Amino acid sequence: MLRADDLVTIGVTARLAAVTTLVLLAAGTPLAWWLARTHWRGKVLVEAVVALPLVLPPTVLGYYLLVCLGPHGALGATLERFGGHHLAFSFAGLVIGSCLYSLPFAVQPMQAAFAAIGERTFEMAATVGAGPFDRFLTVALPLARRGILTACVLTFAHTVGEFGVVLMVGGNIPGSTRVLSMAIYDYAEALDHGRAAALSGGLLIFSMALLIVVYAVNRRFERIQV
Amino acid sequence: MSLRVRAKLVRDTFVLDVDLELPARGIVTLFGPSGCGKTTLLRCLAGLERPEPGLIRLNGQLWQDSAAGCFVPPHRRGVGYVFQEPVVFPHLSVLGNLEYAHRRVPEARRHVSLERAVELLGLPELCDRAPANLSGGQRQRVAIGRALLTSPGLLLMDEPLAALDLASRAEILTRVLELREELDVPIVYVTHSGAELARVADYVVLMEQGRVTHHGPLAELIGRLEPFILDQQDVEAVLELTVDSHDDELCSTHLTFAGGSLFVPRRQAPVGKRLRLVVRARDVSLALEPAKRTSILNILPCRIVSLSERSPGEVLVRLDAAGTALWSLVMRRSALALGLAPGVRVYAQIKAVSLA
Repeated sequence: MLRADDLVTIGVTARLAAVTTLVLLAAGTPLAWWLARTHWRGKVLVEAVVALPLVLPPTVLGYYLLVCLGPHGALGATLERFGGHHLAFSFAGLVIGSCLYSLPFAVQPMQAAFAAIGERTFEMAATVGAGPFDRFLTVALPLARRGILTACVLTFAHTVGEFGVVLMVGGNIPGSTRVLSMAIYDYAEALDHGRAAALSGGLLIFSMALLIVVYAVNRRFERIQV
Repeated sequence: MSLRVRAKLVRDTFVLDVDLELPARGIVTLFGPSGCGKTTLLRCLAGLERPEPGLIRLNGQLWQDSAAGCFVPPHRRGVGYVFQEPVVFPHLSVLGNLEYAHRRVPEARRHVSLERAVELLGLPELCDRAPANLSGGQRQRVAIGRALLTSPGLLLMDEPLAALDLASRAEILTRVLELREELDVPIVYVTHSGAELARVADYVVLMEQGRVTHHGPLAELIGRLEPFILDQQDVEAVLELTVDSHDDELCSTHLTFAGGSLFVPRRQAPVGKRLRLVVRARDVSLALEPAKRTSILNILPCRIVSLSERSPGEVLVRLDAAGTALWSLVMRRSALALGLAPGVRVYAQIKAVSLA
């Protein structure tokens, strides 16, 4: 069964997924809103950048991050110069990597949900006295709640399941950057099939349960809204 | 009390170009065929479009002056807007929709209370409902109620009946006319229906291809509007009458106008109040002498102005009752038998009238 160090690994994984989800919710919602509303021609460029992690091998993303966050990288070196510590093989580095890697999973469902709200609804809100920020809070957010929920769950689940980026920037330090996918890989490599199977099975059941909950909740929203 | 509008807006091949001074009282109707720019002009008034150059001023309030770089956004104009297709927040109840507008008006500026709007639009039993379970007419009532709760200085209505079924149209129209009576809010009302125009308009702005061709009080423009009235399936005249007296015993109301007087079933309206009544051409028959011993109460002496063929067997007769236009649809046989011709004096026998 699960040993103490496995519980620590599960804790790190959950913390990483939760922090990533919160960061992407905070940063991704305005970005998705802007992408859904803007008529700017350069928008396609931003959309392409957001979607890039979908097609890029995670190791490529991880490699660039390692270079950038490490002691000689643009970000890492700057931090060192100001008395800080570079971010390679740290939890903060993992969060940055996860956020970039899961960006499309957060932004795309929210962008689609915002875009699906009719322009008329916003115009009407304006004529009954709601300013731009008011409209965002009281019209856009509640009407896009399905997309926002989907974005949260996909981001969380996708972060739990990431491997390539973690492999490159994480460093597999127990209690700090060692996450479930790494642990499973290590157990399998060490031919410890019992523990690899236990963790894999757990992850499978967790992911499945999460998705069932999302689809069930979305169905309920659908029934209320139509 | 005036609404000053100067607006030019270019959209692909369409150009809106108007320069108007309108009365800011009663119902101003923007009338014209589809695509003539009525809705675009209404959107300019609301601030949903930004004409360039543009000058929009309601009484003392400047809403836009492109020369001075002034543009007040829609949420600060204090206008109520009713869209053609009813728009209701799907995530709020009917009451929630109404409160959304009400809460955003500073207390000192509120001149319509929640209770008043609910009562005027007949919403008490709908308040707890979710918009998903409302009919089109009910949604439009909610939308109008919500627009009123902005305590608007100007109420803008963009063909509020066009997306509704016939039964709902009649009901919403009645409500709109009640609003004119009950609230002192000027209304700008867009329509392409001659029937709606004749029922609601105090002042008419005729538009064509982005420009205003004529504007003035309804009575002055009635001649120009005739083609649109004839274009309808049911030709009808709209008479404006004054309540003269009520007879409680016989449950009737006596109304007068320059062309004579009419009796209608008892109406809830104070003596002296002006009412619009609709008289359909097919409810008017003609006689050369006043009929005696007939059930028809309302007989008006008229002069025939013109006759035109409506269908192979039917003739539409345009009548003049002391300056008021009236129409009668008669069989061609009758027209021949009675010798109906322009100038002939006849008695119009009105079988039925309905409230506009």
